[in-house]
Amino acid sequence: MLTQPKILLLDDDQDFLDLYREMLSQHLSCLPDVRTASTGARALAMLESEPFHLIIVDLNMPKMDGLQVLSIARRKYPELRLVILTAIREEQFRTRAYAMGVDQYWIKPESDQEMGLFMESIESLLNREANGGFRGVQSKSLVDIVQLECLSQSSTVLKITNGMAVGKIWIQNGEVIHAEAPGLTAEPAFQRILTWKTGSFENLTADLAHPRTIFTSYQGLLLNTAQAFDEAASQILEAPREGSAAAEAASTAPRLAELSQLNGVEFVLALGTDKNSTQDSWGLENPKPVAEWMRKTLENFNSLGDRLQVGQLQQLIGTGPQRKIAVAASGKSELCVGFSPSLSAEELRETMKNILTKWAS
Amino acid sequence: MGLLTFLTRADPTQLVHLPSGSFTIDREGTILTSTVPQSFPSGRMQDIGEQVIASFEAAKQAQMPLAEIIVYYAALKVLARELRGGAIIFLMPQSLNQPLRRNKN
Repeated sequence: MLTQPKILLLDDDQDFLDLYREMLSQHLSCLPDVRTASTGARALAMLESEPFHLIIVDLNMPKMDGLQVLSIARRKYPELRLVILTAIREEQFRTRAYAMGVDQYWIKPESDQEMGLFMESIESLLNREANGGFRGVQSKSLVDIVQLECLSQSSTVLKITNGMAVGKIWIQNGEVIHAEAPGLTAEPAFQRILTWKTGSFENLTADLAHPRTIFTSYQGLLLNTAQAFDEAASQILEAPREGSAAAEAASTAPRLAELSQLNGVEFVLALGTDKNSTQDSWGLENPKPVAEWMRKTLENFNSLGDRLQVGQLQQLIGTGPQRKIAVAASGKSELCVGFSPSLSAEELRETMKNILTKWAS
Repeated sequence: MGLLTFLTRADPTQLVHLPSGSFTIDREGTILTSTVPQSFPSGRMQDIGEQVIASFEAAKQAQMPLAEIIVYYAALKVLARELRGGAIIFLMPQSLNQPLRRNKN
């Protein structure tokens, strides 16, 4: 629990700022210090001059809109919690806001009940632990979320995003009926998804017509997953004794060779995100020009994404007469993979997802 | 005071919607045709077009010519096809609620 959390409230309507400052500072049990700003530039200057835990931003503002402020804030202050409070109900802005990494998107409350829910959510965001957890459900593990959904006998589809990987869990009347993760379905997919420790989480509309592929009860599934965690943890504890130095010294070359065994892969090139980092490649005679193209292209399209406010660049796929290529960033590396031109777009995206998951793990 | 605030308040800027549509751009970076809504600033369209053409050009220089580039952002998909030095570019906003592709097996 923070001693006195600091909230920055940004809106171009002074009456709104006065009202919400009073409500937030008086009705939250953590008694936050609430500051206000009426322009994006002023808010950024305040963020620069003193640390805040949370910023609440309106979208529609003169000169600098809320999305512009958030894209700067997300990049400069990754620990800052971001909340949008707006009257705009359009799906597109919600999608873009979440793509840019905001924690919550709220329509301005119109009733006491909605105001109560808003206050609760702000309080729980402030109480959230700094590390781990899933954006959208503060301080809850996926096991907790699945348990909550099943205990409440609900029907829903949970969509979980962990870096490049996206997984879905179908829950129908409190039972897990299906799961999908990159390259996996049913129970193995469920277990894979539950190994993810961080990411973002969404509740989608229930898909009642989806065919059932998991017949184990949710308690059984969670028990199996817990056992798998324990086994994995004991292996990790034993591994360093056998030669952690050797593991650290291992080059990325064997990993690239392993990736090249996947469907249709012709070459793999890995670069560190740092400009001076070395490149490792498999299957390329002259990797230098490809590496230069990849670095320049990723840099250009990343900055284009910032200017368009469309969230992170996830993947770039190119098709040429000789081969298809896919480029993506994974952690501290950038990967460029060449594929056979006969591979379909869907097969390519699936294989690339597998590559990124393997590389990240 | 409330009245004064109301009278002196600046008009909020219109938030830019992500467009759905296509446009063509020549090798010089001039936009030739467009089905993108006029509300989307032409400068941004130009920006997208220039990045795409630069990327096609750089790929050619890297001995890896490309005829098509698809860029997946979290909220937008950009598909570009090379047209004799220029390009036709499709912009497709992405939604949070898009279904996952079903596995074939």
